[in-house]
Amino acid sequence: MTRYTSATDADREAMLREIGVGSIDELFSDIPPRLRLTRPLALGAGLSEQEVYERLRALAQANTSTEDEVSFLGAGMYDHYVPALVDSIVLRSEFLTPYTPYQPEISQGGLQAMFEYQTAISELTGLPVSNASLYEGPSAVAAAGYVAKLAGGGRTLVISRGVHPHSRETLATLAHGWGMEVVEAPLRGGVTELPRLGSEVCAVIVQQPNFLGAVEDLEAAAAAAHEVGALAICACDPLPLALLRSPGECGVDIAVGEGQTLGNRLDFGGPSFGFFASTRELIRRVPGRIAGETRDLDGRRGFVLTLQTREQHIRRERATSNICTAQALNALAGVIYLSWLGRRGIVELGELMLKRTAYARERLSELDGVRQLHAQPVVREFALALDAPVEHVIERCRARGVNPGYALGRDYPEHPDGLLVAITEQRTREQIDRLVDALGEAVAAERHRAEVTA
Amino acid sequence: MRSFIAAADDELTIFERSRPGRRAFVAPKLDVPDRDLDELLPARLRRAEPPRLPEVSEPEIVRHYNRLSKRNFDLDTGFYPLGSCTMKHNPKLHERIAALPGHCRLHPLQDPPHAQGALELMWRLQEALAEIAGLPHVSLQPSAGSHGELAGVLLTRAFHEDRGEARAKVLTPDTAHGTNPATVTMAGYEVVKVGTDRHGNVDLDDLRAKATEDVACLMLTNPSTLGLFETGIEEIAEIVHGVGATLYYDGANLNAIMGVCRPGDMGFDIVHFNLHKSFTQPHGGGGPGAGPIAVSERIEPFLPRPQVVRREGAAGDGAAGPYYDLDYDRPKSIGRLRGFQGNYGVFVRSYAYILSLGAVGLRDVSEVAVLNANYLLARLRAEGVLEHLPAAYDRLCMHEFVLSGAPMRRELGIRTLDLAKRLLDHGVHPPTVYFPLIVDEALLIEPTETETKETLDAFAATVAEILREAREDPEIARGAPYGTPVRRLDEAAAARHPVVRQPLG
Repeated sequence: MTRYTSATDADREAMLREIGVGSIDELFSDIPPRLRLTRPLALGAGLSEQEVYERLRALAQANTSTEDEVSFLGAGMYDHYVPALVDSIVLRSEFLTPYTPYQPEISQGGLQAMFEYQTAISELTGLPVSNASLYEGPSAVAAAGYVAKLAGGGRTLVISRGVHPHSRETLATLAHGWGMEVVEAPLRGGVTELPRLGSEVCAVIVQQPNFLGAVEDLEAAAAAAHEVGALAICACDPLPLALLRSPGECGVDIAVGEGQTLGNRLDFGGPSFGFFASTRELIRRVPGRIAGETRDLDGRRGFVLTLQTREQHIRRERATSNICTAQALNALAGVIYLSWLGRRGIVELGELMLKRTAYARERLSELDGVRQLHAQPVVREFALALDAPVEHVIERCRARGVNPGYALGRDYPEHPDGLLVAITEQRTREQIDRLVDALGEAVAAERHRAEVTA
Repeated sequence: MRSFIAAADDELTIFERSRPGRRAFVAPKLDVPDRDLDELLPARLRRAEPPRLPEVSEPEIVRHYNRLSKRNFDLDTGFYPLGSCTMKHNPKLHERIAALPGHCRLHPLQDPPHAQGALELMWRLQEALAEIAGLPHVSLQPSAGSHGELAGVLLTRAFHEDRGEARAKVLTPDTAHGTNPATVTMAGYEVVKVGTDRHGNVDLDDLRAKATEDVACLMLTNPSTLGLFETGIEEIAEIVHGVGATLYYDGANLNAIMGVCRPGDMGFDIVHFNLHKSFTQPHGGGGPGAGPIAVSERIEPFLPRPQVVRREGAAGDGAAGPYYDLDYDRPKSIGRLRGFQGNYGVFVRSYAYILSLGAVGLRDVSEVAVLNANYLLARLRAEGVLEHLPAAYDRLCMHEFVLSGAPMRRELGIRTLDLAKRLLDHGVHPPTVYFPLIVDEALLIEPTETETKETLDAFAATVAEILREAREDPEIARGAPYGTPVRRLDEAAAARHPVVRQPLG
C-alpha cells in the first residue's frame, strides 16, 4: 500500500472475492506471460514525504534563480512580479484539480474564467476571437501557421528573422510535415524587411516587439500580406501591448504569443500558456478550446465549450488541430493577473518598463566598447553589440552577481557579440546601475586583455 | 438537491464588476528620469486607448474568483471516474516543491552550469521514464499527450526519410482517441482506420490487409480505450514491423501497467506519457500537462533538440564529476516542438511522485487501479446495473471499462447523457460518455487506484438508484441536473451564434 492508495489487505481480499478471482495477478492474465515483467523496475524504494521534499529542495538549491542574482535575462520569458493573489486562487483545488470542462453544469467556474480570459486577450490584441489557450508561445506560432495552411492559398510561409528563434524552429519542424516551405525575411536596421511576396505565400509572420526588442511596423507587414491574399500573423508579447497599437488595429489576422508574462512563473520554461486570437472570419479554423456564452433550461446565463466540431474529439482526422489538454490553469493565472493590473495599471506598468528600459539602454550604450545593435524604438528589451567576447563579459558580470542578459551569437551568428538585455518592473534603477558598472568594467577588462595579448 | 456546489446566484463577470477608478495594482515608483512618451515611442506606434481591462480592487478579485471556484466540481471534493483521463489524487507536497524559488524562478535560458539542479532532475526523470517504458531514450519536450503524439509521428517521418522512404499512411484503430487521427493529419499523413474484433482486440485480419509498404506507423493504445489489453500485441508488432512501419504507443492508459509490463518489451518504438494522467500533475481544468516521449535506439537520432544529457568529466565551472547539459548538436533531429525545455514545473511534480512511490509503489498503483476497476464492474453487476448497461466486452478489464447504455435507452427511456447528468445531482463527476465511438451509448469508467472500496460501493449503488428512479419516472433523469449552479445548457445555440467574448461599452 502506498500513501496515495487506500486498499488494505482486507479490502483486496474482499474485492478479489467479489470479482471472482483468486489473486491480483489473475487480473493481468490477458497479458502474454512472456511480456510480464518478472523483476521490479530499477527505480529504487519509495521515500517518505519529507525525504522527497529534501531531495527536491537540494536540486532547487543547485540552481541560480532570479532570486539569487540580478538577472537581465529575457528572450521570450521575463522575470515579472507575480502577485500573491494569483497563487492563492490557482491553488484552490476547484481550479487546480478538475479535468477539461466536459460537463458544463458543474464547471461554470472554469468556463466563465475562460470566457473572461478570452475577453481580456481580445482586448489586448484588438481581435474579436480568442481561444482558451494553447501550450506556449512558439508552438502557438506554428499553430497559426497551420491555420494559414488550412485557409488555403499558397504553400509558402514567410517568417521574419525577428521572430523568436524557437518559434521559427518549431514552425520549421511542423511545416516539414505539412509539406510547406518556410522562407525567412531578413532584418534590416533591427526590423523586418519583407521580400517581394507572390501568390505562393499563404502567411506572413512577424513578431511584436521582435526578438531584438525592436517595435515593428505591423501595419505595413499586414498590408503587404493582404496584397497577395496571405494572412498576416503576429507573434506578440502581451505586456508591451499595453502601449503599442494592437495587432487587430494594424490589420493583423491572427495574433499569438507566449503568455508567461501574464502572472505565470518562469518555471525554467514552463508550464506557461500560449494565446491565440483571430478575426471573426477565422473562427471556425481556430485550434483548441473556446468557451462561449449561452443559456440554461431556466434561462440563466451559462458558459460551454463551443464550436467543438473544430476539435479532435468530434472531428478526428478533419479537426483544425490535435490539441486536447492545453494550459487552462496558466490562462486562469493570466486573466487574474490582467484583472489585477487593470485598465490603468497595465499602462502604468508599460510606461515604467519603457522608461527604465530607455534609461538602461542609454546608460549602457554610452559605455566604451558598447553600442546599440539597432536604434529602433523598444519597450522592455534591447540589443547591444559589444566590442569584446560576449561570453567572457557575461562571466565577468556574473562574478559580481549580475546576469547581464542573453548572448545572441547562437541564434544570430551575424551578431557574434550581441547581448539582449531585458528590463522588467522588478529591475530597479539601482540594479540597472550595477549592470552598467559591471558591464562597463567587464568590457574594459576584456578589451584590455585583448590589447595585452595582441 | 444542491449537494456539492454552493448555490451561487448567477455570477457577474469580472468585467461586469469593473468600476472606473478601482485598482489592485500599485506600480513601483519611477526611479529613473521621467521622459516624454513621444520621445521613446512615436505616436504612430502607440495605441490610442488602453485595453479595457477590468478596474477592480484586490478584495473584489479574490472574492470573484473564489465564488467562481465554487461553481466547479473538483477531484479533491468528490469521485471523478472520467474514463481515459486518470483522475487520481494530486499529492499536496508537489505544489510546495514546485513553488520553491530555485525551481519556479529559474529562467529557462539560465546557462547549464547555473541550472544543474533542474537539468539533473530532468535527466533523472528521463531515466525513470525510460525504465518504465522499457525504451532507452526519452525527450521531455512535448507539452501534452497530443503534442507527444505529434512528436512521435514526426519522428516516424524522419526515420523513414532518413532511409530514403516516403510513406503516406498511418493506421489507427477505430477505438482510438480523437487526438490520434487529428495528429496524423497534422503531421501530413493519411489516416487509415483498423477495425476491432468481437473480443475488443484489434482485428488482426483487417490489420494484415491494411499494413502495406505505404504505411508509416500504427498508433495504438494498450490497454485500449475499451480498457482491454491487446492480447495479440506481439503479433501486431510483428505485422507492423514486417512492413517496415513503426509502432506508436499512446500512453493515456499507462496507469494500468506500470511495473507490470512495458511498451518497449511489447515491440513499441515510440511511447508518449501523460504526466498529468499517470504521474499526478493536476489537470488544472484543461492543462497544463506534459507529454514526454520514450523511443528505441533506431529512433533516437531524430529526437527533438535540445536533449538533456549527462556528461562525464569536469563541468564548466571546474567542478569534477558528471554534469548535466543541453545537447543541441543533433544533426538528424526533427527540431524543436516548442520553446525552451518543456513544462519543467510538471517534471518537478512527476519526479517527486516517482521518488515517493519507487518501484514497488508504482506497480502497486497499477495493480490497485486494475483491482478497483474490476471490483467496480463486479459491484455494478451485483447491483443489477449491467442488466440495462451491459459491459461492451465480457472480459476482465484493466484500469477502466466500457458499458453500453443502448439497452437502457430502449428499456428505460433514458440515454447515457441523462444518466451522466443525473449523476451530477449525486455529487459524482460522470464517467466519459459517448466514447469509444464503436460502443453505442458508451460510458467509459475509470476509478483509479486512489479511490476507496467504500467510494466504489457508493457509486455502484448510486447508478442502481438512478436506474430504479428511471424505471418509475424517466423524466427525472431527462431533466437532470437540478442541484447544479446552472441546468442543462443550450450548446446548439452557443455554436450557432458564437459569443466568445464579452462586449464592452
